[in-house]
Amino acid sequence: MNRIKKTFNKLNKENKKALGIFITAGDPNFENSLKLITNLPDNGADFIEIGMPFSDPMADGPSIQLSSQRALKSGMNIKKCLSLIKIFREKNIHTPLILMGYYNPIYKFGKEKFIKKCIEFGVDALIIVDLPPEEDDEFYFEAEKNNLSMIRLVTPTTDEKRLKKILLNASGFVYYVSITGITGTQAPNIKNVQDNIKKIKQVTDLPIVIGFGIRSPGQATLMSDVSDGIVIGSAVVDLIKKSIDGEGVSGGEELTTCLDFTKEISKALKHN
Amino acid sequence: MTKMNLNSLRTGPDAYGKFGIHGGRFVAETLMPLILDVENAYEKAIKDQSFINELDMYRRDYIGRPSPLYFAERLTEHFGGAKIYLKRDELNHTGAHKINNVIGQILLAKNMGKNKIIAETGAGQHGVATATACALFGFECEVFMGAKDIERQKPNVQRMQLLGAKINPVTSGTGTLKDAMNDALRFWVSNANTHFYIIGTAAGPHPYPKMVRDFQSIIGEEAKKQILEKENQLPNALVACIGGGSNALGLFHPFLDDEEVEIFGVEAAGKGLNSNLHAASLTAGSPGVLHGNRTYLLQDDDGQIIDAHSISAGLDYPGIGPEHSWLHDIGRIKYLSTTDDQSLDAFKLCSSLEGIIPALEPAHALHITGKLASERKGQIIIMNMCGRGDKDLSSVLPLIMKNDT
Repeated sequence: MNRIKKTFNKLNKENKKALGIFITAGDPNFENSLKLITNLPDNGADFIEIGMPFSDPMADGPSIQLSSQRALKSGMNIKKCLSLIKIFREKNIHTPLILMGYYNPIYKFGKEKFIKKCIEFGVDALIIVDLPPEEDDEFYFEAEKNNLSMIRLVTPTTDEKRLKKILLNASGFVYYVSITGITGTQAPNIKNVQDNIKKIKQVTDLPIVIGFGIRSPGQATLMSDVSDGIVIGSAVVDLIKKSIDGEGVSGGEELTTCLDFTKEISKALKHN
Repeated sequence: MTKMNLNSLRTGPDAYGKFGIHGGRFVAETLMPLILDVENAYEKAIKDQSFINELDMYRRDYIGRPSPLYFAERLTEHFGGAKIYLKRDELNHTGAHKINNVIGQILLAKNMGKNKIIAETGAGQHGVATATACALFGFECEVFMGAKDIERQKPNVQRMQLLGAKINPVTSGTGTLKDAMNDALRFWVSNANTHFYIIGTAAGPHPYPKMVRDFQSIIGEEAKKQILEKENQLPNALVACIGGGSNALGLFHPFLDDEEVEIFGVEAAGKGLNSNLHAASLTAGSPGVLHGNRTYLLQDDDGQIIDAHSISAGLDYPGIGPEHSWLHDIGRIKYLSTTDDQSLDAFKLCSSLEGIIPALEPAHALHITGKLASERKGQIIIMNMCGRGDKDLSSVLPLIMKNDT
C-alpha cells in the first residue's frame, strides 16, 4: 500500500483529519527548508507538500510568489529539490511527500527523467498546477505507468460533467480548491465548500483535502469537519517572510515559528 | 489527435489547440471551464451571420477599414531595390492593429453576457484599444500594465484613464508585459464568473491564439486584394514585427499557402542577441510552457523564465504566439531580428522620408524591410505598419538626441 493511502487509512480509523503543510523548497535557503521539512511530521504534519519554485506562478497569490522568489534567489532548482527529498527520505520513510509545481521547469528538466527520480527518491504524488486533464497525453500516462500519483485540483468553477472527467484519472487524494482565486487571498465560504464536497463525494471514494484559503486554527477546524484533511501554505511561508531581514537573509526564526504554527493547527484539528 | 490538413498551412490548430507541439491549454483548473466556454462561444459566433455582420460594420465604420496599402516611393528609392508597400494599420482608430482583435473579442464577450473586461498591455496599444471598446459598449474595464511600461508609455496611460479604464500597475517580476499577463490571469482566476479576458496577442491558452489570429487576418486579406489590384501579382515578400505576433500573423496567415511569397518575422534583438538583453524567443529561446501555451521562450537551464528586453514595450515579451513557433519549426517563415539602435534609425528614416512616424515595433520590421529591399530589385515587399509612433516620442526623443551628439 502506498504512503498516502496508509496515512489516510490510519487517520480515518482514529477518526482524525489530515494536516498537510506546504513549504517551498529552498525558502529561505536549502538548509533551513530541509530542517523545516524534516521536523514538520513531529510537529503534527501528516503529509508535506513541497513547492518547486517557478518564476511565473500563475495560480499563486503574493505570499507564495514571494516565497518562490526567495527560493529561486537562494539557488533552488529541480535537481536540488530532488536531493532535498532524498536526504529527507533517508530518515523518514512514512510521511507522504507531494511535489507541487508548474510544468515548465519539469518539461525543461525532462519528464521521463523527472518521474524516474521522483520514484527513486520517494516522492508519492505530484500536483502540476497548469496541467489540466486536457493535457493528460503530455505527462499523466507516463507518471501513472510508474505508480506516481497525480493529484487533481477541483475548484468552485468545476461543474458536474467536468468533475467526472477530472476524477476519471485522479489518484492519491482529491485537492479541493476552496476559493475561486489564487492561493492565500480569500477566506473560503463554508457553506459553498460543504455543498461542493458533497458533490465530489458522490463521484469518488478518494480522500478529499481542502486548500488555498486556510490560514487559522479556526478555519482549519471548520474545513476539516467537512473533508478528510486540509493544506496550509501561504500562512506558513508568511512566517518565513517575517524572519527575513532587509538583506534577504533569514535569522532562522522560521524554524521555531513555522513549527509552532504547525503544532497549533495540529492541536486544533485533532483534539476537537 | 486530429490531423491537420497537409495540403494547407491554414487549418491549425487541431482540436486540442495544438500547432505541431505548440499551443494547447496549460492553465490551472479554475480557468479550464472558462476557456472552454470562450471556445464554444467563439466557434458558434464565427458561424453566425449576424455576428459577422456586426463585426464588419464596426470594422468599416468605427475602425476605418480597409486600411490603405501605400506605395512608399521615397523609402523604395532610398533602399534602391524592391518596391516597398506599407499596410497602413497605424491609421486604424486608436493608432494600431490591436483594435481589430479587441472589437472581435468584445462582441464575443457581449454575446456571452459578460460586461466586465480585463486586459494586459505592454506598449499600451492593446490597453487603449480595449479601453476604447469598453467605452463604446459601456463595459467596465481594468487594464494590467507593468510599472516600467507605465513610465515609458505615459500618453497611452493617460488615454486609457480618459476612456474610463482602471489601470492596475504591476510591480512583480520586471514590471513588463509578462508580469502584466501573470497578474491579469491571476485576477481572472479570482473573478472567473464575472469577467471576460481580452488577450491582446495571438498567445495564451487555446482558443486565444486562433481567435486573435482570425480577428487580425483581415489585415492580410485586405493586403492580398489590394496588391492584386495595384500590381496584378502577389508580393514576393512580407515583413512584420513580432512580440507575441498578432499583427504579423494577421498579415501572414492569408498568404501561408502561397508558396511563392517569402515571409519574414522580425523579433527584437534589444542590445544584441549575445547580450542577454533581447526579446528574440524564436532566434535564441527554446520550447517551454508559459501563460497557457507551449511555445518558444526565453528561459534558463532550470526552466525559469528570463526577462526580455527591448526598447519597444510592445516587443518586450519572453514568449511568442504558438503558431509562430510551429511556422518556425516547419520553416515556412524566416525569423530575423533588429536591435534597439537599428530600430531607432528606421524610426527616424521613416519619419523624415515618408512623413509617417512609425511605432518602435514596426520600426523593427522596417529595418529588415530595408535590408531585404536593397537586395531585391524588381520585387515587391509588403510591410505591416502596425502602429503609429506618437506614444513613443517621450522615450525616443532623448535617445535620438543622445545618439546624434
